[in-house]
Amino acid sequence: MLRFENVGMRYGIGPEILRDISFSLPPGSFHFLTGSSGAGKTTLLKLMYLALRPTRGLVHLFDKDISLTPRDDLPALRRRIGVVFQDFRLIDHLTAVENVALPLRVNGGRHAEIDSHVRELLSWVGLGDRLDARPSTLSGGQQQRIAIARAVINRPRLLLADEPTGNVDDHIAVRLMHLFEELNRAGTTVVIATHNHALIEEFGHPVLQLDNGELAVRRNIQAPAVSPGTGKT
Amino acid sequence: MMLGHRADLPFDRDQSTRFLPWIVALMVFLGALMFAGAMVVSDTIDSWDSTLTGRMTVQVPKDSATDAATGTLVTLLSATPGVTAVRPVPANEARALLVPWLGEEVLDSGLPIPALIDVELAAGARLDASLLTARLSQSVPGTTVDDHRVWLSALINLGRAIEILAFIILGLIASSAIVAVIFTTRSGLAVHAAIIELLHQMGAHDTYIAGQFQIQAMKLSLRGGIAGTAAAAIVLLAFAWVGRGIDAAFLPPVTLTIAEWITLLIVPAGAVAIAMFTARVTVMRALTRMP
Ligand SMILES: Nc1ncnc2c1ncn2[C@@H]1O[C@H](COP(=O)(O)OP(=O)(O)O)[C@@H](O)[C@H]1O
Ligand SMILES: [Mg+2]
Repeated sequence: MLRFENVGMRYGIGPEILRDISFSLPPGSFHFLTGSSGAGKTTLLKLMYLALRPTRGLVHLFDKDISLTPRDDLPALRRRIGVVFQDFRLIDHLTAVENVALPLRVNGGRHAEIDSHVRELLSWVGLGDRLDARPSTLSGGQQQRIAIARAVINRPRLLLADEPTGNVDDHIAVRLMHLFEELNRAGTTVVIATHNHALIEEFGHPVLQLDNGELAVRRNIQAPAVSPGTGKT
Repeated sequence: MMLGHRADLPFDRDQSTRFLPWIVALMVFLGALMFAGAMVVSDTIDSWDSTLTGRMTVQVPKDSATDAATGTLVTLLSATPGVTAVRPVPANEARALLVPWLGEEVLDSGLPIPALIDVELAAGARLDASLLTARLSQSVPGTTVDDHRVWLSALINLGRAIEILAFIILGLIASSAIVAVIFTTRSGLAVHAAIIELLHQMGAHDTYIAGQFQIQAMKLSLRGGIAGTAAAAIVLLAFAWVGRGIDAAFLPPVTLTIAEWITLLIVPAGAVAIAMFTARVTVMRALTRMP
């Protein structure tokens, strides 16, 4: 699904942010990505969602060596990746529904189908009463849920989320995690960058840990989350 | 819901796009006037060309211009191969031609006005004016033949030069339009960089993004093109109205045929095409820099 081989990354002539990163994510896996602030989590995700090219090393995505893939073939790969950006990146002149519908439009979807599908998903993330609101009139947590809905609307094969639960209450964070898990059960490979150790322990997925530009993969200390009182049903 | 009808990019919030219709309007206005001017010059040259080729004028000095001499020349000319008609110009007709140039007083003061003989040639026939002059002046001394060539070719050269100049200026106007569109598009790219990056990330092809800029360029330039064409049409109609009383001998009519009015639409259509194409190329080039 996704494989990095000795990937190194530096911005311009700056220091190497990521060094010798090698790992592989099997299809249908679910990982957390952690590391202190500035450790390079966002940079690593950008390499995964093809917004950056590595300064060295190989990135294989969907069984393709990205450095050998013609530029014209990249949009098709990107359409199979859902991204939740750390800063949401909602378009302010579009309503919540229109923002979430954007990936479907880019994909050339039919309007009527798009519309009902989008409304359903927004209701599911608890925004059923703010469908036609502009992002700027919504709270940070509400914007985050729009961003998540937009990332998953296309049923991506790979979902990458950059601190997607940073701005929401705990019970909503758990609800969003359930959304990711449901998507994961349907076959989507998921990587969630987060600081929230409680969440990591509660859900118990394996962890990619960034430290000093190097990556370690470890199994979660806790057993997968079935502990009582988490609200999981 | 109007999902399909709203552009992803909020162009209506750009300051930079406000000027483009004005710039295009000004350029289309100037371009249409240039183009109309070139067409009028070209029409005029054609009309001179067709009235003057196939004609020669024989001049007989007043002293030699007896009826007998004129008769001899008419006989000689009629027998010349290629000549289809020979007509001595009556004295009052010749005088009428000169009045606007010299005035009644000068003509009444006894100016020696030569006798004129109009010669019409068969289509495509060419007679050498100097050879003919030599032959005719043997019979009637002092006779000269004017085939209007010198005068006409000078005018035609002037006319062609004006036409070429008009097209060079049109070219310059088009280049300025291209530069204006490039700058507007670039600033649009900068203003909307975040959204463009987002669309790119969602797997939008470059053509999808370029298409939005292209449609925006079309809207803006169409608005300017219509305004510029309307303004140019008003000016041209005003010229035609002001010039309607002027004798056609002095000034060619500043009017366009229906076909030429339609041809004039090339200017706004060209402006829109240039704007769309330039916007597309500019965006496509900028996007290739994204991974
Ligand atoms: N566009 C950029 N240009 C230069 N340096 C950058 C850029 N983005 C991030 N960095 C640097 O890379 C390092 C890792 O940043 P980032 O990947 O955002 O970390 P994290 O998401 O873990 O907080 C930081 O030191 C940051 O300053
Ligand atoms: Mg980050």
